[in-house]
Amino acid sequence: MFWQEEIEVISREELQRIQLYSLQETIRRLYYNVPFYNQKFRDVNLKPDDIKSLEDIQRLPFTTRDDLRENYPYGLLAVPREKIVRLHTSSGTTGKPKAIFFTKKDIDQSAELIARCLIMTGVKSDDILQNMMTYGLFTGALVMHYGAEKVGILVIPAGPGNTERQIALMQDFGSTCLHLTPSYALYLAEVMDSKGIVPQRDLSLRRAYLGAEPYSEETRIKLENMLGIDIYNSYGLSEMNGPGVAFECKYKDGMHIWEDNFLIEVLDPDTDEPVPEGQEGEIVLTTLKREGMPLLRYRTKDIAKIIPDTCRCGRTHKRISRIFGRVDDMFIVRGVNIFPQQIERVLMGIKGVAQNYQIHLEAYDKMTVKVEIEQDFFDGNIEKLLALKSRITEKLKSEILVTPQVELLEPGTLPISEGKAQRVIDNRNL
Amino acid sequence: MAKIREIAVFAENKPGKIEKITGVLAREGINILAITIASTNGFGIIKLIVDKTELAYQKLKESGLTVSLNEVLAIAMKDRPGQIHDIALVFSKNGINMENAYVLVEETRKQAYLIVQVKDIERAKKLLEKENLKFYDE
Amino acid sequence: MIWNKEAECMPFKEREKLQLERLQSIVKKVYDNVPYYRKRFDEIGVKPEDIKSLKDIAKLPFTTKTDLREGYPFGMFAVPLNEIVEIHTSSGTTGKPVVAGYTKKDIEVWSEVMARALTMVGATKDDIIQNGYGYGLFTGGIGVHYGAQKIGATVIPISAGNTKRQLEVMVDFGSTILTCTPSYALHLAEVAEEAGITKKDIKLKAGCFGAEVWTEKMRDAIESKFNLTALNIYGLTELIGPGVAQECPEKSGLHIFEDHFYPEIVSTDTLEPLPEGEKGELVLTSLTRDGMPMIRFRTRDITSLRREICKCGRTLIKMDRVTGRSDDMLKIRGVLIFPSQIERALLEIKGIEPHYQIIVTRPHHLDELEIQVEASKDIFSDEIKHIEAMKKKIESHIEKSIGLRVKVTLVEPKTLPRSEGKAKRVIDKREL
Repeated sequence: MFWQEEIEVISREELQRIQLYSLQETIRRLYYNVPFYNQKFRDVNLKPDDIKSLEDIQRLPFTTRDDLRENYPYGLLAVPREKIVRLHTSSGTTGKPKAIFFTKKDIDQSAELIARCLIMTGVKSDDILQNMMTYGLFTGALVMHYGAEKVGILVIPAGPGNTERQIALMQDFGSTCLHLTPSYALYLAEVMDSKGIVPQRDLSLRRAYLGAEPYSEETRIKLENMLGIDIYNSYGLSEMNGPGVAFECKYKDGMHIWEDNFLIEVLDPDTDEPVPEGQEGEIVLTTLKREGMPLLRYRTKDIAKIIPDTCRCGRTHKRISRIFGRVDDMFIVRGVNIFPQQIERVLMGIKGVAQNYQIHLEAYDKMTVKVEIEQDFFDGNIEKLLALKSRITEKLKSEILVTPQVELLEPGTLPISEGKAQRVIDNRNL
Repeated sequence: MAKIREIAVFAENKPGKIEKITGVLAREGINILAITIASTNGFGIIKLIVDKTELAYQKLKESGLTVSLNEVLAIAMKDRPGQIHDIALVFSKNGINMENAYVLVEETRKQAYLIVQVKDIERAKKLLEKENLKFYDE
Repeated sequence: MIWNKEAECMPFKEREKLQLERLQSIVKKVYDNVPYYRKRFDEIGVKPEDIKSLKDIAKLPFTTKTDLREGYPFGMFAVPLNEIVEIHTSSGTTGKPVVAGYTKKDIEVWSEVMARALTMVGATKDDIIQNGYGYGLFTGGIGVHYGAQKIGATVIPISAGNTKRQLEVMVDFGSTILTCTPSYALHLAEVAEEAGITKKDIKLKAGCFGAEVWTEKMRDAIESKFNLTALNIYGLTELIGPGVAQECPEKSGLHIFEDHFYPEIVSTDTLEPLPEGEKGELVLTSLTRDGMPMIRFRTRDITSLRREICKCGRTLIKMDRVTGRSDDMLKIRGVLIFPSQIERALLEIKGIEPHYQIIVTRPHHLDELEIQVEASKDIFSDEIKHIEAMKKKIESHIEKSIGLRVKVTLVEPKTLPRSEGKAKRVIDKREL
């Protein structure tokens, strides 16, 4: 089944023609409407008319996370502010988040892409989607919500957490599709198991869409067996609409990236040169249809590869593999992107905290921040330490939007490593 | 000398901590008069009254522990029923809150002390002296 | 500005005609499609044809929260399930929550009434609406969101909580309209003050505050601190969510969107309709609801109605600020809970005595719920660690059951006051 068959099975030649047209059009708008990009073009002595083929994209400047932050809040808008109907942000490393703007058309387009994804996995009008991503400033839940609404299926805006209630909703409303993070899916499956709920017998689940965190094929198989459903991998990032950038079809062999909307490059992160198709590299994306805030050659820092052959499903849009890792040290907890530097900055601003710290990640996204207290801070008062602990917890929560466990340690207990300290110990096995 | 000094040691909740502390003290021939352990979810604090406070503090610190010295009140009482109750009455009458308390008994078992931690130690001392309470003589 | 002049400024007589047509059709619809209503109508011997004038609405049976619970999950739906596109549930209930099902048409109506409400507050497509109501199953966030998108304003779906980020976003993006609970607005204002954020840094011009009972005193405080116009919004999940009524800048009552929601005031004792201007319980009938129509839903909210032509030009009937409830329900941070729900959750835990007290306070303008519980003696003879663990266990159990974080204080047996007859379980220290 297709949502927009014509564009989904379009010939490669035609697709590339559309891509070139959209790229040229995007570049023109950026050149004339966004001073930041105008300057970048001038820096390399480039005019919009110089872009004559898709290969010419390699002459264009990159856009990085830092560019987004430096142009915060409104610097990268390509339309008058009044045309913006929605703002999303994602957390950033230096306190300021990254702002992503949507016009009405952008919202509609992101919903179209989700609709393609859902239909691609077999969604029909009687399906019921329980949307367990966080609603609000994160793109995950709302973009999926609008896409499901476009398809016309029932959406339960459950949001994350409160697992017992989630299970009750599945039982009571007969949810058939779930949208959630892999770590929460694992937790959910465990809770069901401990409560004696057999999904195959007691629930109506058919499929789940897992995204916002990388996970392995083994985890997929384990979850499919535990829940008795099909699990589809979803890739997206808030800089590119959120979910719906690339999605798996029925064959679950890589995610189709919607190339009429996104131009993909896979680059060697060291040389910035393209790697041969099929080889791993950093995913770099250019928006082709974005109106409010188009982005050129955005460095996602995600490592993946393109799967060369065409897919049995008939879609001509290329597939990317699952994400193997990151170019930087970012990690994801409960769908939220976190940099160790964010945590460090918070900790160093609190009196009583010593230099050394460590971040431990355990199953189900349990996050513990281990902190050494300062020798002189200790005066035998237990209340004072408890207050310190809760102050650290509060401040971290306010910065990274996830509540970690905080463990106070004696000075000198954490290993001091030479050179770059290993700050994150990830034992999640996702 | 109404006030005596207590040694507090920070301890993550893991085995071997007390053994380490007592080991240090034993090696130095320091006598533990009273010990109390308070623990929360995640960490605890061990408090000690010893005979050679200054030495104990130095040695514990040298052994890498996180230690602090704090002043507490040591109120004299007989080692017999009802004594703590009597003192508690005086406290509540004077509106003083016991932040933390434990008992130290002398070897003779004739004399005991209630070790009390309060917010404003000077003020508490004055009020309690008016009530004819006796204190430990360090 | 008026979003839908035709509907909002319609002459009384004309609107009454429209209301009657809609009432007749909704009554027929529920009689034909909702077994629950057919049964209730038949029991008291009323037929759709008996509704010949608006006054005849008094012949119809009431619908209560309990009825909705009993119909859970789909009992109140008037359309096949595959026409329902969205579901919301009431927050924080131990038993079964109240379910609201929306068809595509309902979402359109919801967007329409919320567009009216936000326009009444002063929103245009040029405005930046910082939406601090909770998103998700709760209707507050998504309701405002739909209305804002309908107008074409920029909506910042920041959801509830995270005060630091709220202020950052407010300053950085120059939000012009704030939507959240009034107590949270006040909290934001105070934290802004502490953080040295001045009125110059903030571009807010209006606020749309609701989901809890508040006062003129609170309005004055919010307005002077933020230098904005603070207006009251009213709504409830059972009818649609936010967008049942909205106060205009005249600040003399909330205009009920009565072409969609038909209001009555009844005596809390006799349940008989009361004349205009008298205080009683608000009863609402949805006139256009497609997925889940409500006939004479008892809101339990105490208010009065006034029909007059407002200076703003709207002819929509006005209701006063809600001043209280006709049951013992509490509203904490916008979430409705009965003390009995807390009791039920408490008693599911071993080692807990059936003596407790609920203390509601509002330090820094945010509702806080403390539950003092008598624990059995054994617990106190135990280590601090175990008392802490017990406390945590009760807190998380209650949070799971009612959906609200609470602070639990364990007290020794026989320390809470014993009352004769009905125990005073709730001590509400908030100034409401």
